[in-house]
Amino acid sequence: MTDVLVVAELLDGKMRKTTLSAITLAKKIADGTGGKFDVLSIGAGAKAAAAELATYGARKVFATEVAGGYIAEKFAPTVADLATKGAYGVVTATASTYGKDLMPRVGARLSAGVASDVSDVSTEGGKLVYKRPMYAGNVFGYVEVTTKVQVVSARQSEFEAAAPAGAASPIEDVAAVTDAAASRVEFMGLESVKSARPELAEASVVVSGGRALKSAENFKTVLEPLVDAMGAAMGASRAACDAGYVPNDLQVGQTGKVVAPKLYVAVGISGAIQHLAGMKGSKVIVAINKDKEAPIAQVADYFLVGDLFTVIPQLTEEVKKAKAAH
Amino acid sequence: MKILVPIKRVADPDNANKIKVAADGQKVTSDGLEWKLNPFDEYAVESALRLNENAKTSEKLGETIVVSIGNKDVGQTMRQALAMGADRGVLVAAEDDQLDSLVVARALKAIVDQEKPDLVLMGKQAVDGDSNTAGQMLAEMLGWPMATFAATIATTDGGKSFVVGREVDTGVLTLKVTGPCVITVDLRIVTPTAVKNGVTPADHPYADGARYASLKGIMAAKKKPIAETDLKTLAVEATPATKYSKFELPPARKGGAVFVASVEELVQKLRTEAKVL
Ligand SMILES: Cc1cc2nc3c(=O)[nH]c(=O)nc-3n(C[C@H](O)[C@H](O)[C@H](O)COP(=O)(O)OP(=O)(O)OC[C@H]3O[C@@H](n4cnc5c(N)ncnc54)[C@H](O)[C@@H]3O)c2cc1C
Ligand SMILES: Nc1ncnc2c1ncn2[C@@H]1O[C@H](COP(=O)(O)O)[C@@H](O)[C@H]1O
Repeated sequence: MTDVLVVAELLDGKMRKTTLSAITLAKKIADGTGGKFDVLSIGAGAKAAAAELATYGARKVFATEVAGGYIAEKFAPTVADLATKGAYGVVTATASTYGKDLMPRVGARLSAGVASDVSDVSTEGGKLVYKRPMYAGNVFGYVEVTTKVQVVSARQSEFEAAAPAGAASPIEDVAAVTDAAASRVEFMGLESVKSARPELAEASVVVSGGRALKSAENFKTVLEPLVDAMGAAMGASRAACDAGYVPNDLQVGQTGKVVAPKLYVAVGISGAIQHLAGMKGSKVIVAINKDKEAPIAQVADYFLVGDLFTVIPQLTEEVKKAKAAH
Repeated sequence: MKILVPIKRVADPDNANKIKVAADGQKVTSDGLEWKLNPFDEYAVESALRLNENAKTSEKLGETIVVSIGNKDVGQTMRQALAMGADRGVLVAAEDDQLDSLVVARALKAIVDQEKPDLVLMGKQAVDGDSNTAGQMLAEMLGWPMATFAATIATTDGGKSFVVGREVDTGVLTLKVTGPCVITVDLRIVTPTAVKNGVTPADHPYADGARYASLKGIMAAKKKPIAETDLKTLAVEATPATKYSKFELPPARKGGAVFVASVEELVQKLRTEAKVL
């Protein structure tokens, strides 16, 4: 029987959807071992966010108000303290940049082993075995954590978002625990580029552009119409981000976002190992490239050889037509 | 300032698709692949060197020490960092199967306790295990603040603090951390103006990427000291808290790409065959 503590991710006082993947992981462990899962809402606006978090079937939702922006040094002591008091077997969050930053710190505080960015868990015989991608997704490792408490982060694209379930969980306030390290770090700000398009990690269609787009202007005038015609999220290769064509947070790959949409369209992207690591879990992959030997062919289901500057405007029109017809 | 840079060698990341798994699933093998300095660690070395130099006058402003835990062969990889300009190395001998992030962080803590650096600057992730955990664990063990996934670093308060731009999912999160602290670096830390130390002119034209070792650097590296120690001497508890029971290759994507002749054919296939449009 393993009880699981889920650490929610908040932004602007609201739950981020990333949280729902960690809840799915927690449910799987709790159901598989006959345990329960609780959720910790922590940060600015934690109490308000707790009300929403209480709709996902947790035994209990804890709320810890922490003023100001997110700082791991302020969160980790509280998470670790609650984990110990509640005798949880697993503490988990989603492996967004938030979970990746926070959870290892929690792990070290608990002298616990950390399994990061896991794509699955099995619970046969009460023993938890985590599956995790390694070597840019070229190997899967199956790992057990041998410490009393296990710290785990869940790869968002591999755990479906949990759906609301049953009656509201009771909410309990928990005081923040502080630590000296927090006095030496100051949150100065978060600069985000707002977009009306779906978030990369949540979209069912992703259209990504690469170096071949050649400019920020071309992303706007050539690629964006296709992105919007498909109702997609926009992604990019590292080369396109580095060149400043699009903001860095659109980068898909080993060091960017990992996506696994129903449809992924790679436009003018060669398909370097580090890029593939972020998208090869997609259900259907389309490559549009003028070089039919480009390594993206190794993972593509459909490959259209051609110059993107002719092909993409045509494709945009065809997609519009097809959508209008249905 | 005194900067400690933990480095790891990894099997050539650009050929990671050639990694194999032994028939019994017990081991990952990288036979035939070259060992390379983990790219993020190479970027950490570059950023440490930028922090510790006046690039205009080539004057050195501090000491950069590289440390690696592992098989003794990592000494070769370490020479690469020394050839780039790091001053000396510390090699902590260990068998790879003794190591996970918890053990690595403990060993690094032992070295930090000895060396007392002002800053530990490291890669955010070793691209073999793709864990992205050692830096955060080390910071917690030391009771130090941290800034992970740094895309920019600027020293402030006379070199005592760092303003760090962190690349996060939702944009760029800026932290000010006061040393001693741990900073883990992301890709863009090696862009031309990502690191500012207040001494090198802010508009200094650094090349994009990590510097190459010059011939002179390679010669000099041969004479730079590498101190050797091991986990036992450092009294590090060398039992990993994670145990891999099995490895496997991901299932191959079915049968290669279908080449379509036209936009119309593509749209038709996406609608009727793949049913995703
Ligand atoms: C440590 C590390 C981490 C990395 N992490 C990532 C990551 O997370 N994500 C990522 O994407 N990369 C990452 N990279 C970089 C990666 O190795 C590649 O350099 C990068 O993905 C290349 O981007 P690209 O495909 O856009 O550019 P290129 O490789 O230059 O490919 C451009 C493609 O466009 C095609 N093309 C050119 N003109 C046209 C045209 N008119 N019409 C159609 N096709 C055309 C070309 O045939 C080519 O295939 C990482 C690298 C390192 C070292
Ligand atoms: N064996 C090692 N020796 C030295 N540094 C290491 C070792 N393993 C990991 N590191 C450091 O920790 C960082 C994060 O690694 P990881 O948590 O394994 O992804 C790397 O970029 C290195 O700086």
